[in-house]
Amino acid sequence: MAPLVNEFIPAQIDLIFAFFIGIFFGYILEQAGFSSSRKLVGLFYGYDFTVLRVFFTAGLTAMVGVIILTHFGLLNIDLVYINPLFVWSAIVGGLIMGLGFVIGGYCPGTSVCAAAIGKVDAIFFVLGGVLGVLFFGETYNFWEGIYLSANLGNPFLFDTLGISRELLAILFILIAVGTFIMVKKIESKVNPENNNDPTPKVYYKYIFIGIVALIIILPFMYNKKDYLLKKAQDTEFIKSQKFEMMSVDEFAYRIWDKDKKLIPVDFRSPVEYKGLQLPNSHNLTIEALFERANYKKLNKKEYQLVFLANDELTAKKAAFVASQIGYKNIFVLKDGIGSFVDNYLNFKPHPLPPDANKLVKDTYRFREVASKDLPKIIEESKPKEVKQEKSKRVLGGC
Amino acid sequence: MEQNKYLNPYIAGVLLGLVLLLAIFVSGRGLGASGAIKSVTVYGVEKIAPSHAENTKFYQKYLEEHNNSPLKNWLVFEVAGVIIGAFISGLTANRLALKLEKGPNVKTNGIRILGAIVGGFLFGVGSQLGRGCTSGAALSGLAVLSTGGILTMFAIFGGAYAFAYFFRKLWL
Repeated sequence: MAPLVNEFIPAQIDLIFAFFIGIFFGYILEQAGFSSSRKLVGLFYGYDFTVLRVFFTAGLTAMVGVIILTHFGLLNIDLVYINPLFVWSAIVGGLIMGLGFVIGGYCPGTSVCAAAIGKVDAIFFVLGGVLGVLFFGETYNFWEGIYLSANLGNPFLFDTLGISRELLAILFILIAVGTFIMVKKIESKVNPENNNDPTPKVYYKYIFIGIVALIIILPFMYNKKDYLLKKAQDTEFIKSQKFEMMSVDEFAYRIWDKDKKLIPVDFRSPVEYKGLQLPNSHNLTIEALFERANYKKLNKKEYQLVFLANDELTAKKAAFVASQIGYKNIFVLKDGIGSFVDNYLNFKPHPLPPDANKLVKDTYRFREVASKDLPKIIEESKPKEVKQEKSKRVLGGC
Repeated sequence: MEQNKYLNPYIAGVLLGLVLLLAIFVSGRGLGASGAIKSVTVYGVEKIAPSHAENTKFYQKYLEEHNNSPLKNWLVFEVAGVIIGAFISGLTANRLALKLEKGPNVKTNGIRILGAIVGGFLFGVGSQLGRGCTSGAALSGLAVLSTGGILTMFAIFGGAYAFAYFFRKLWL
């Protein structure tokens, strides 16, 4: 699953990829006319709205692409760089940049592009940019208060507004189309000689309608994650499935034996997990099975994953979802963790029936021995720190 | 030879959007520009005045985040590509020329150069506070629908419209 970096592409290759992305970026910017400061600032004086058209079309094209890829599980948005929100810093910084835009006639990307084709003013703009960063660096203490204040994490706008991702996307598309129509009118008023109308012909309107329709029906379309999670809630269905089971005695024996290949995957709540944390275990939710980092960590040839929860059914639900995603070597702990606690951790000596066979006697003897050792083994295995089980986002930004 | 016409802005927009999407799909991050200027600046400070870089929090933080090699950075490579790409475009469209572009009522080149330096300077400062510029914060932020990026986007364009009136003589 994308982003491809780290999983399929090493960091070095990613830098080379960045170089090629930059070539396309620079080529398109220049082709669109972003190498001209007069064309760029035309947006703010009403005589040329090229920037607005290119900018919004680009942003919304990528937005639609991200939504579609995310929906079909091809892109994990949790790993994509999401600009952090520092409210005051964003507003003040944006206003300063806006001022710089109308005074300088460029923004950083376009100035580099213009400098590359020989625009002297752009070269001075880039130089000014270097001086600006230096100034900020030298006066960082002055800015630090506002720079770090009101940090609200990395929220999405649809979460901030409390609406769905798809609805926000449609709103943005409608706003953009309305703006495109409006700026055409302004442009022809301010600059009547400009009869070069870039508005797409009828044909393109169908593409636009198609995209909006696609976003509207997207939430109702097949989605593997939602489908599996829903299927897992179907108790009758789960009961009808076959799973590899592990008896509590084998489970206990292998913990007692300090078998490193045995990986308990614990689906109880974090609070319950903290109360009893088995060696080499991981605490997950069923949803977390979909995270790439967990998949990579747990899906190793030599591992035997023992899914456990308070009851057998919950563990089976998780095992079903995991096997559908592609996890291998899954076992389900028979009768849930309660059976392990009762028979081992809270072992109470009791007389055996006189006709007990050898297996029952052996099992009893093992329980008697292991019940003394297991609490120690579990205590010793406790990690010093709480494990971070989340994979990291790409570090990005300017 | 005459300059070729510019690309239709809507087509350019879709192409640019696809490039941005590709960057997100492969590298997990959007496009950017000011970050590269920052990398080069910090690199310069470290080379010219290493002890100063070591004693100043801003540079120190940045060097730490980038394992002391600020130039081995995604955005630096990307912007190097931008220079090449824009150059190729300018070459094929007959737009390569050393030229100072200014508004019709700007009398001297000095005023335009001063304006460009001040504008760049403000972008240098503002993009630090905004954690990105028009590319890294506004455009890429819009693509992933991040509140932070979109807030910065509105501030940039809102600010530009608010201040445009006072600098109309530079452009009209």
